[in-house]
Amino acid sequence: MGLESFLLVGAIIFFIGLFGALTKRNAIVVLMCIELMFNAVNITAVAMSRYIVPRAVAEGAGPLDEAARLVLTGQVFSIFIITIAAAEVALGLAIVISLFRNRETVFVSDANEMKH
Amino acid sequence: MLGEGTESTLIVDIVFWAIAVSSIVAALAVVVLKDVFRAALFLVVALLGVAGMFILMRAEFLAVVQILIYIGAISVLIIFAVVTTRDIEQGSPFNALRTPVLVVVGLLVAGVAFVVYNTDWNLIDTAAATGVVTTAAAEEMAAVFENTVPTIAELLITDYVLAFEVASVVLLAAVIGALALLRKR
Repeated sequence: MGLESFLLVGAIIFFIGLFGALTKRNAIVVLMCIELMFNAVNITAVAMSRYIVPRAVAEGAGPLDEAARLVLTGQVFSIFIITIAAAEVALGLAIVISLFRNRETVFVSDANEMKH
Repeated sequence: MLGEGTESTLIVDIVFWAIAVSSIVAALAVVVLKDVFRAALFLVVALLGVAGMFILMRAEFLAVVQILIYIGAISVLIIFAVVTTRDIEQGSPFNALRTPVLVVVGLLVAGVAFVVYNTDWNLIDTAAATGVVTTAAAEEMAAVFENTVPTIAELLITDYVLAFEVASVVLLAAVIGALALLRKR
């Protein structure tokens, strides 16, 4: 266990999510794969925050308690990512359900009316 | 001293790899399974594994947030949507891009793994020994992980207060947008 292991696991989960998001036809599964990608990014951000010296600290800028704040930047980013993911999934599922009501389908390949 | 209790001992290593492998297998199951409902349940397993990894990285607050929001709210929302749209028993097939995307994604994973293992990371654990930062700064950074909540709270209402307020507006807009999309005409 170390930085490299966390980054590798994050990358693998991210690319599994990317594969699913690009290749699945069911819109709900596409949304689930996007959630997987968000989570992989969170793993990466928190791992960086846990193991890497921030550049400003390495260059000796700022007082000492500034180091403590800079180290936790990754975790604060993750909190915002989780917030935005919650908003995104609520809207995405609303769109999917409204598509289902109007067109009786949840397949992204059938929602092609705006295709020229 | 850094992160006592989650230092890299054998038992912690075993726990980490168990969590990592189960998350990856669950993530694969989300993509591969034909039944959307089972895929949603495996998504919960993957999210739980991510929460476990947060605890191993001394991000206990994020682990709790992960369980409350992802496993408590988002997965329930997804399962609700799956059940609502279940009348059409068509499962979740792949589209025509499956093989090319699989090749590209495999190459990208290999590339990222190569970069991760060949980069000279500037690690907190060894920064004081290699002279990148002073011993006092290294100890200060290590001490943060004893209890991260006060520092996160302070950051949210000082440095990131604008983003924090905008996030609440985004959530409000999402609620109004979801209601507007689904209201009866």
